[in-house]
Amino acid sequence: MWQEGLKMAKAVLVDITRCIGCRSCQVACKEWHSLPATYEEMRGEYTNPQNLDSKCYTFIDFLDQGKEYAPVWYFVKHQCFHCIDPACVSACPVGALKKLKDGAVVYDQWRCIGCRYCIIACPFQIPKYEWDTTNPWVRKCDFCADRIEMGLKPMCVTACPKDVMYFDDYEKVVAEAKRRINKEPGKYVNHIYGLEEAGGTSWLYISDVPFEKLGFNEKVLKQPYPAITWKHDLSTVLLEEAGLLAILAGIAYFRNRTKSKEGQDG
Amino acid sequence: MDNGVNIKQKFFTPRTYILLILSVIGVIIMLYRLAVGLGPTTNLSDTHPWGLWIAFDVMTGVALAAGGFTVTFAAYIANWDKYKSIARAATLTAFLGYVLVCIGLFLDIGKPFAFWHPFFFWNPHSVMFEIVICVTTYTTVLTLEFLPWLLERLNILTGLKDFLEQKPVVFCLVILGIMLSYGHQSSLGGLFLLEPHKLHPLWYSHMMHHWFFLSAICAGISMVSIETILGANLRNVEYEYDVLEGLGRGASIALLVYFICRLVDIGVHGKIHYIFAGDAASILFIIEMGLCVLVPMIFLSSKTIRHSVPFLLFFHSLVIFGILLYRFDVVFLTESTMGGFYFPSWQEIAISVGLVSLGLFLYKLIVTYLPIFEVPSDQPA
Repeated sequence: MWQEGLKMAKAVLVDITRCIGCRSCQVACKEWHSLPATYEEMRGEYTNPQNLDSKCYTFIDFLDQGKEYAPVWYFVKHQCFHCIDPACVSACPVGALKKLKDGAVVYDQWRCIGCRYCIIACPFQIPKYEWDTTNPWVRKCDFCADRIEMGLKPMCVTACPKDVMYFDDYEKVVAEAKRRINKEPGKYVNHIYGLEEAGGTSWLYISDVPFEKLGFNEKVLKQPYPAITWKHDLSTVLLEEAGLLAILAGIAYFRNRTKSKEGQDG
Repeated sequence: MDNGVNIKQKFFTPRTYILLILSVIGVIIMLYRLAVGLGPTTNLSDTHPWGLWIAFDVMTGVALAAGGFTVTFAAYIANWDKYKSIARAATLTAFLGYVLVCIGLFLDIGKPFAFWHPFFFWNPHSVMFEIVICVTTYTTVLTLEFLPWLLERLNILTGLKDFLEQKPVVFCLVILGIMLSYGHQSSLGGLFLLEPHKLHPLWYSHMMHHWFFLSAICAGISMVSIETILGANLRNVEYEYDVLEGLGRGASIALLVYFICRLVDIGVHGKIHYIFAGDAASILFIIEMGLCVLVPMIFLSSKTIRHSVPFLLFFHSLVIFGILLYRFDVVFLTESTMGGFYFPSWQEIAISVGLVSLGLFLYKLIVTYLPIFEVPSDQPA
């Protein structure tokens, strides 16, 4: 079903070995989306801010993977994975979240009622909420859908000085990931994070250390999440309801028929 | 209305005043929440997007209001005569329960005044969509079931009242109510089908929406039993022991079915060892399924217990506590894997307390002035 759409879809390959942690992508993202700067405290570590929030669509996680006196830094960019078959899109009761043909998962604040089921549903914990307003929106990376429509690359990809992110058609991106892993055997872990996770995502990662060490959730199912609730969607429920109706009507008819006869007898 | 038992009861007692005060405090904080938004009033966060209002006001509230469809099934569909005397009270509880659930939902969603969107922007694949539609439709059905008693009292619109009290109409409403209840009681569990890697394996199951439905039946029967006892106390009349006995037996059977289903489900998927893991989750599970399901199930199967009002109150309360724990476990164990910490703010607690008080206050008001406990006059004696 979605394979058809993939021909149109864009994707990004993040090569974690290339990132130097300059945070240009963080700044560029804030600029393009007009997101305000936020006040952060010194916490004795380099990751800043600590997590995504309603004013931050992407951030670099600074992770030291070295042994005692020899630090080895890894810089992991976090943002929405833009699942090919997203859990949030299936969860939203009003269809405020949509998967566009070019790959972006975007949000329509005019439809949203604020039930926050998308925040619960997302396997990667990406959507964030504007808690402090009376008209709160769900906020998350939108893959710069407006830029892609204009034929531009997403802002973070454009801003990156080290060519960490490779932006192209989905199939080309997957081919490139495989090519890089095969070209230098032993350099990369033989795992493209996002190829199977959550049934496939539009943002793919390759790395030279196992992904669980970099804070990636390895428990995420390797199948599309919406498939779980297709078994319990409206059509199934309507079928069950029809069965229930027949049973109830049957019981009601038989139980009340005998009783009324008894009543007539008495 | 002949005996006039209801009217003679004094309505404003000290307890009624306390309920009224708590309701008014709740309503004031509700207005405050609408004015300033979720952030200043709640301790909700990106790691705990659902809190007390969802777990208690909505999830537990809906489960406890299940007595409505359970008793109307017994009284009308199965035509068990002895339950007809409590059918009105059970329907009233369900009606008030759903009104409170709707208020709770209205306050909890981030954009309260966009509550009507699901009726126009459909996403039939969404479990949440199904819940919104079923809860609102069922509230309408309950309103239609309740309306004749109000009209009878006010003595207006007798045409509408007679129409709504016609047997075919009542049966249609009852059957529709049971179907809608099945739809959203199970869907509240179905919400968490999307959390296989977040929710603890003892609670996660691909059939958990059915366990939500079965446990709601248990909660509904226990709730109606307690209400029947307290209702008799309120009116200073004899306990209806045949009704209480039947409800106790029904609760015992419903608990047995629920207990077997859930344990078999856990056993078949090889998760038994989690029960005895000794961690917090296993202790919660043992309290929830052992203390609050197995124990009441065993004791309620005894006829001696079912004829003792204090024991009935105790074991039915235990069942209700168990169902509350089930809903809380599912919501908060899911969120515990998302990091962070949550404890409700005093405003969240005050609104929840206010909603419960408002429910009890309205209940007392309605049973005092409307014909809830009287046998309908058209019923052959």
